[in-house]
Amino acid sequence: MADNDTFIPQTGDSLLDVEKTFKDRLAYFGRFLWRDQGGVIGVIVFLIVVFSAIFAPMIASQSPFDQNLRDSKLPPAWNEGGDWTHPFGTDSLGKDIFSRVIYGARVSLMVGLFGVLIAGSLGLIVGAIAGYAGGRLDATIMGGVNLILSLPYLLFVVFIAAVLGRSLLNVILIFGITDAPIFARVTRGEVLRMRESGYVESAISAGARWPRIIFSHIMPNLIGPLITLATFEMSAMIFYEAGLGFLGLSVPPNEYPTWGNMLSAGRKYMTSYPWMASFPGLAIMFTSLGMNLLGDWLRDVLDPRLRRSRK
Amino acid sequence: MHRYFLSKLAQSLLLLFGVLFLVFMMVRVTGDPSALMMPRESSPEQIEAFREKMGFNDPVLVQFSDFIAGAIVGDFGNSLHFKTAAMPLILERLPATVQLASVGLLIAMVIGIPIGLVGGFTPGSLVDSIGRFIALLGQSVPNFWLGLMMILYFGVKLGWFPTFGRDQWNSVVMPAFVLGLPVLGQIVRLTRSAVLEIRGEDYIRTAKSKGLEPKTIYIKHVLRNVAIPLISVIGVQFGYMLGGSIYIEAIFSWPGMGGLLEQSIGWRDFPLVQAIAVFTSVIVLALNILTDLTYSIIDPRIRYGR
Repeated sequence: MADNDTFIPQTGDSLLDVEKTFKDRLAYFGRFLWRDQGGVIGVIVFLIVVFSAIFAPMIASQSPFDQNLRDSKLPPAWNEGGDWTHPFGTDSLGKDIFSRVIYGARVSLMVGLFGVLIAGSLGLIVGAIAGYAGGRLDATIMGGVNLILSLPYLLFVVFIAAVLGRSLLNVILIFGITDAPIFARVTRGEVLRMRESGYVESAISAGARWPRIIFSHIMPNLIGPLITLATFEMSAMIFYEAGLGFLGLSVPPNEYPTWGNMLSAGRKYMTSYPWMASFPGLAIMFTSLGMNLLGDWLRDVLDPRLRRSRK
Repeated sequence: MHRYFLSKLAQSLLLLFGVLFLVFMMVRVTGDPSALMMPRESSPEQIEAFREKMGFNDPVLVQFSDFIAGAIVGDFGNSLHFKTAAMPLILERLPATVQLASVGLLIAMVIGIPIGLVGGFTPGSLVDSIGRFIALLGQSVPNFWLGLMMILYFGVKLGWFPTFGRDQWNSVVMPAFVLGLPVLGQIVRLTRSAVLEIRGEDYIRTAKSKGLEPKTIYIKHVLRNVAIPLISVIGVQFGYMLGGSIYIEAIFSWPGMGGLLEQSIGWRDFPLVQAIAVFTSVIVLALNILTDLTYSIIDPRIRYGR
């Protein structure tokens, strides 16, 4: 991992210094990526997960639903008794674990992506209103946001999921709504900072109308922090979705293979057939690790102010 | 000071009311709460009798005020599975969860603070790299999976620790470690960045130019200021551990509140689920107030800065 405290910026490393052609921007990101090995790993891992999700039918060697009791509980290929038709072995019903892990990426990414989209849009609207309006409205909204954020999150997600019942849509909605306050808080902070920074004020006094202020002065500066936050939150949602699956509160197991459901099913056989729970768990860890590295890197690239003191 | 405390208290009471309202609404917004609470094969007559008994036929406002009145005295109705009051069942399980979270927090602090301090004083060193790796692991490893793996290796294969229950003295080690790992990572990160930040402050330079010994500077100036952000994080994280032990208690069959919650979800015992959710929120809120108070006593800037 590159050490950020001894990192010395070189000339041409700021987006302000270079001519802002698309190629220059790309080169800028490329240079940055190269310097931070953690970021390289993060990007690669993320691409692998996205690739598996999109091309699951081509990568997976078997159907993730086919049961075959004769081939049940087969160990992974490199263990005694395993073979390469089932690289990661099979579960208690003879379903191919490798294929299920690959297909499982779909649900995880879907939950993460749509969850973040919903939470991000809700949070962006609420946070921008609070930051822009200020005064009493701001105090009320932020009071509510901070109160929600001080609740035990896991407990509430579990409670709501238990009440609403199992479905993919419910899981996405739960994360989308419960996660919005974090986006609201970050958006509001950024908007407030920009309002006080002077350049928005100069734009107003230069006679710019509000669409111009919002779309060319405020929005571009919001994108960086929000994308960074979205990466971390997506990783968290994937994590929590697996957790709900583990408790039997996520997508019903007969609809789609998910990592959480596989863990939950494999848990019973943990001591005798450990691979049933190991591989989905590794998949969750791999994805989460990659997305955290990606988020760390994005934060460094998109927000130069934070480059020196990582928190 | 008093005003600060009172406004915190008022905020928390407001939030508590909000929690109760949310719980009340959630159970009802999805339709008929008796459908949620009764076994699926119940006859219409049974459901009707249940509705009458639970008061679901009353007007919503009456139901809500009954619910709040009950909640204030700690009455959340009877558990459907145990057929006894929900609250005593939870209180019975509380000590186990508190023990688990305390040991977990202790492990996280004892390992995390020294690593973070060394990392902050020598950025880029081996200890610092290890610390940052631990922080990353703590963020990314799913605790339910880590628990299973530890049972497999340290419990079954090596036989170092008991794999379930709370009967032996060392039963607590594995679940507490798993629960503490994310907190450990956070403590390492926070301590490290706090030390880095404080080392660059003017008062450290002043202390150095006065000719103070490095030892005095570290202990009197750096460590004391590092303690401030740590206390707040530790308070918040303790609350998180009390409310977040559900997977770990389920995996290790730890007889605490989280395990009870996992079971009651399985039994569809909603009065119990509801009671655990509210009770844990109360504890977390109380912890937050306590943390804020400690924080403002230690750091006068918080008190007067507003």
